[in-house]
Amino acid sequence: MDAKTLIAKRIALELKDGYLVNLGIGTPTLVANYTPKNVNIFFESENGIIGMGPIPQEGMENADLINASAGYVTALPGSSCFDSATSFGLIRGGHLDVTVLGGLQVDEKGRLANWMIPGKMIPGMGGAMDLVTGAKRVIVSMTHTAKGKPKIVKECTLPITSIRPVDLIVTEMAVIEPTKSGLVLKEIAPGITIDEVLRNTEAHLIIPENVPIMKIE
Amino acid sequence: MQVLKPTEVIKMIPDGASIMVGGFLGVGTPACLVDEIINQEKKDLTVMCNDSAFPDRGIGKLIVKKLVKKLIASHIGTNPETQQQMIKKELEVELVPQGTLAERIRAAGVGLGGILTPTGVGTIVEDGKQVVELDGKKYLLELPIHADFALIKAKRSDYLGNLAYSLTARNFNPIMAMAADIVIAEVEEIIPVGAMPPDEVHTPNVLVDYVIVDGRR
Repeated sequence: MDAKTLIAKRIALELKDGYLVNLGIGTPTLVANYTPKNVNIFFESENGIIGMGPIPQEGMENADLINASAGYVTALPGSSCFDSATSFGLIRGGHLDVTVLGGLQVDEKGRLANWMIPGKMIPGMGGAMDLVTGAKRVIVSMTHTAKGKPKIVKECTLPITSIRPVDLIVTEMAVIEPTKSGLVLKEIAPGITIDEVLRNTEAHLIIPENVPIMKIE
Repeated sequence: MQVLKPTEVIKMIPDGASIMVGGFLGVGTPACLVDEIINQEKKDLTVMCNDSAFPDRGIGKLIVKKLVKKLIASHIGTNPETQQQMIKKELEVELVPQGTLAERIRAAGVGLGGILTPTGVGTIVEDGKQVVELDGKKYLLELPIHADFALIKAKRSDYLGNLAYSLTARNFNPIMAMAADIVIAEVEEIIPVGAMPPDEVHTPNVLVDYVIVDGRR
């Protein structure tokens, strides 16, 4: 199983029946493919829709119906559309159960940096700052390292997205939970040892006595 | 409300004007009005919109033609031209978190002196802004954004100027329709007065000054 699929499958287990969920651009969108059976999720997109469905068949696209990456989507029965103020009211106002976002760095305080690399890449924060600040639960979906360098660091060197700590970090190596006492290693991926996780992590990790292996099919 | 041709309505916009343009990655952007701004080579514009879309789509075209002096947006990552002009200091860019952008525009339209938002607290978005503490929680004071003109896109209007939007093409359009001195709506069709049930009106006619019909359809 490749890293992206593994991460997406593990995050999908965090989604519960009836949740309102926002999936960020890139790998996070894969999570929708692996939601557990008999679990009904309302997927929303910050451009103003709740109840997004899968990509339409060729020729069935509606030019007015896209997700936040400008990809064509469908609207499931029971879906709703609204303006940007309402959309971000849902996000900032605590009505969004889960947001899954990509990350460049997460630090020991659980703070996420994911919107710019000064001097190199300035795409803008889009909705990321509101999502991290306002969602009930923030899950970071990212590779454990970038070009061999740890992305889970002591302190973010990149501009942070919010001072609000994220709730869970899922990588192809581990599941890590930021807590008041620090980052706790909750699970490791199949075939990965705790030592390997530690070698690829710059931040201090708290290792509980029992660290289970991710339960993914 | 007056129905005009794009050439007539864009003539009213002077060089150096501030214009709000609806749309999310080009969807819900009044394409005919944008094209006419390019035809008439309006210069030194201050443009407020969610994003700078793509080089060949939406307000991205205005950036490529170098008609924009200042851009206020939440995301510029899909248009490399915006970042290049920003780095060369040919274009001033103010990046605003998307939810904050929506509320600042809304504030201007509904007569509020500003809004208090937790988004951006403790990040570089805080720089130069007043932090207000209420009940132990910190907020940024964000000021209203008003424009000389709002260029919006709706699905249809009636001959009074009542507007209805379509799916995710709604986005920033309804709030921008309240936040500018002159509001110009581009629609796909104009229907008789009375043909639009009151409950289906998203933007009341009193806000709309001019309507143009997208003649390409």
